[in-house]
Amino acid sequence: MGNNGTENMAKGGALSIRNATKIYDPEGVHVVALEDCSLDIKAGEFVAVVGPSGCGKTTLLNIMAGFDSLTKGEIYLDGELLAAPGVKPKPGPDRVVVFQHGALFPWKTVLENVIYGPVIQNQMSRSEAIEIAKERLSRIGLREIENVYPGQLSSGMQRRVEIVRALINNPLVLLLDEPFRGMDSVTKSASHECLLELYDIFHKTIYFITHDLEEAIFLSDTVAVMTTRPGRIRMTIKVDLPRPRDYRMLSSEKFLKLKEMAKDAVHEEALKAFQRGERELA
Amino acid sequence: MGKSDTIKENRGNETSIRRQPSVAVQLKRKLLNRTSLNGTVAILGFFVLWHLLVVMQAPFMKHIPTPVTVSKTFFILVQKKLFWVSLWFSTKRVFYGFVAAQVLGIPLGLAMGWSRKFKDLTFPVFEVLRPIPPLAWVPVSILYWPTNELSIAFITFIGAFFTIVLNVLRGVASIDKELYRSALSLGAKPQHIFWKIILPSSIPSIATGMMVGIGITWNVVIAAEMIAGDKGIGRLTWEGYLAGDTPTIIVGMITIGFAGWISSAAVKIISDKMMPWRRLF
Repeated sequence: MGNNGTENMAKGGALSIRNATKIYDPEGVHVVALEDCSLDIKAGEFVAVVGPSGCGKTTLLNIMAGFDSLTKGEIYLDGELLAAPGVKPKPGPDRVVVFQHGALFPWKTVLENVIYGPVIQNQMSRSEAIEIAKERLSRIGLREIENVYPGQLSSGMQRRVEIVRALINNPLVLLLDEPFRGMDSVTKSASHECLLELYDIFHKTIYFITHDLEEAIFLSDTVAVMTTRPGRIRMTIKVDLPRPRDYRMLSSEKFLKLKEMAKDAVHEEALKAFQRGERELA
Repeated sequence: MGKSDTIKENRGNETSIRRQPSVAVQLKRKLLNRTSLNGTVAILGFFVLWHLLVVMQAPFMKHIPTPVTVSKTFFILVQKKLFWVSLWFSTKRVFYGFVAAQVLGIPLGLAMGWSRKFKDLTFPVFEVLRPIPPLAWVPVSILYWPTNELSIAFITFIGAFFTIVLNVLRGVASIDKELYRSALSLGAKPQHIFWKIILPSSIPSIATGMMVGIGITWNVVIAAEMIAGDKGIGRLTWEGYLAGDTPTIIVGMITIGFAGWISSAAVKIISDKMMPWRRLF
């Protein structure tokens, strides 16, 4: 694996989600989490998914990651069937997940965490993996902490390490489940810069779940707004802000306009979810 | 240009993490901190108070010897072979029982946590046996184990066994689901999960089980020796009682206290070694 040349362009990673439907406990409680949800994500596209809580964003992520199955519909990855009814869910390093609360292995140092994937898959020898891991960590200014355990790091650093750990597998798709939730604004914006920098280098397809509209627009090429449960895509907003991006864009007229648009759509869905929530309680 | 300079500077600050102080500094902090000074004062205070209460003939303290008498007995006892033999026997019984409990209990707890089916099959029996106090096992042990040593070691084993199994089982049950998912997502196969995720994740609960277990084994061994044993510190203490020799009883008690304390410290050292990622805080 070259350090500069080969990794720059995305090779594959196109996702096609067609009429994805997920019903939990069809014979009992019958919760429809997703219904006829369709979305096309191009190879190397950064898609941010927003929508009210419980709208099925994470369900869709779990299905794509191979942690859960589909009730109806199908999902293709580069034309190959990834998920459909009857297809056994299979997680794998071509679709690495970064979780909301982080899932670095607490008993491994940062460096050992980063090399975990390639070593366990027998993709690289330990020493090869260590060399690449060190280079990647230093690229985002984390070289100094390679021998530290995750518990000693701030949440911002933990998440950055986790993204590096995901990228070293050279995945087709990166599935990020609200990785920056609950961070203070300073840490959050530093994490944004870091993710953008890595995206500009590796250009992987990214499915990024968030509640934060500003974050969604600032990072992504497309913002997909989901409806309240049962979740489907209500609208997609193309973000044609140039890359590389920096925080000064946050106050540009174009940015604010996009934000306004997304806000209206999300607000309406949130209101529906809220009212239904009240009915369910009554 | 200005922008990238700023980012570099910020990262520099952010990466400054806590470092381990040198061994000398660590040792000094450990021995000369406020907690250990307070602890020393407390122990000295305890003996002074004890002495004063006896000398002033406080109620309930009439038949209690002073710490001075006890220390005299102690110095006589430590010169006798019997004292060291007793201590050796008790330690040996604790060690065997404790080690056997870990060797059998840790795999059993892991298996119960790992396989739902195995747990469903074994847990009911386990839950019926668990509330039986270790000392209730004394009669059967004496009847069925060929030697006295084995019966006492067995009772000690019972004391630590259920605790370790339960701790490990709870440890496995509370492993974050996302750790499994993250390992699978990074390319681990189901057969890697046990060694690479379940075992390391359970180490903190194994350590807790060991810590609680070592305390129980000392409790149990002393009681078992009083009932069933020849030799052992428990027996020594009990014979002090039979002879009406109060200083010996108290020396026995204090010896048990210290032996328990030292074993706990040893277990603590082992468990810290098992989980370096926790030790660093």
